[in-house]
Amino acid sequence: MEEKLRNIFATALDIPAEKVVDDLEFNSIPEWDSIGHLALIAALDEAFGIMMETEDVIDLSSFKKAKEILAKYGVEA
Amino acid sequence: MDVFFNHVYDLDQQKKRDYLLKELNQTIAWHYANSSPYQKLLDTLGLHKEEFNRLDELPMLPVQLFKLADLYTGPREQIIKVLTSSGTTSQQVSKIHLDRETSLYQTKALVSIVSSFIGSQRLPMIILDTKSVLSKRSSFNARGAGILGFSNFGRDHLYLLDDDYNIKWDELEQFRAKHQGEKILLFGFTFVIWKYVYQAVLAQNKTFDFGDSILFHGGGWKKLADEQVDNYKFNELLRKQLGIRSVHNYYGMVEQVGSIFMECEQGYMHAPSFSEVIIRDPVSLEVLPAGREGLVEVISVLPKSYPGNVLLTEDLGTVFGTDTCNCGRKGTFFSIKGRLPAAELRGCSDVYAN
Repeated sequence: MEEKLRNIFATALDIPAEKVVDDLEFNSIPEWDSIGHLALIAALDEAFGIMMETEDVIDLSSFKKAKEILAKYGVEA
Repeated sequence: MDVFFNHVYDLDQQKKRDYLLKELNQTIAWHYANSSPYQKLLDTLGLHKEEFNRLDELPMLPVQLFKLADLYTGPREQIIKVLTSSGTTSQQVSKIHLDRETSLYQTKALVSIVSSFIGSQRLPMIILDTKSVLSKRSSFNARGAGILGFSNFGRDHLYLLDDDYNIKWDELEQFRAKHQGEKILLFGFTFVIWKYVYQAVLAQNKTFDFGDSILFHGGGWKKLADEQVDNYKFNELLRKQLGIRSVHNYYGMVEQVGSIFMECEQGYMHAPSFSEVIIRDPVSLEVLPAGREGLVEVISVLPKSYPGNVLLTEDLGTVFGTDTCNCGRKGTFFSIKGRLPAAELRGCSDVYAN
């Protein structure tokens, strides 16, 4: 499952999967800026069939945090 | 800072002033210690104090200053993006330097404001603009920053205009079919909506109904004033012609992104917990009481990476009261009339870049 999530990150942000590690953070690389973030959220919503709330969209600020937030929606990664 | 975001419209004025003063005293001291141009400025103007006791004695900078100087606080390498006012080619634009912290505060501020109007669920969203506004990623103007900020409240985003500013009718039809019965979030810039949506719909003789929908728009009235359209008329026409159920104008500027003043259901702009407005006499700069029109000073706790917390704008407005608006939101409520006629006409986000 973590692999699936890593691949969604890599594809949505257009970065190599090796760069997607727990402490990868929002605004720490040019690809994960506000524009990249929108693409990422859309990809996560679609891949897991969920609709994250605004608050979670804002809080999803690292790969590690993404796993925590997705768990709230019943996605185990 | 969290107390501001958690109580966006429900702090009593006395409490709010205390919180603002405490935070702003710290923030101004931080800018003074970490931005040498700011330090020089305050020292030269004799405005530096160890502690300020009232909001109206905080040192104001003219908003135009950000067009003349690259002002930022702290190390340059902490800056992750630079926002600009749209400007026209012949005019200088403001440059606003953001680090991660300030950028996050701006996002949280906007979320606390907009959630008060639409709740926490993201809505299917139509952006009444063209995606080309966002073509440059590390630096964008007020229009781009607004679109990105508001996009967090939406999902399945549709940019209504193509690169040539034509309405994408087919995609709009598909979008509406897909989201039938759902509440739609609309966002755009006042002048772009007026010229490329409203007038285009009129010219093409289309009747249209966005259904259950809420529109947020901002960006100034300079261009619309020439066409004799005021805020009230604009909102009415959009309701009538496009069937948009609820229309909210907001007042804000790139120099203080995030702390926007949203128009409530009663038609007044509201200062959220983390910001304040003060009206001043355009000549003497004395503070004017409620009911008197004057120059608008905006105060915000959000800026930490640039010294833009206390700004004197070129806009005219009137405060109507504090904590007593019939919409139920606390804080100062006011209206904006437009720009001081004698002021330099600066490029604003309502300018369509030719």
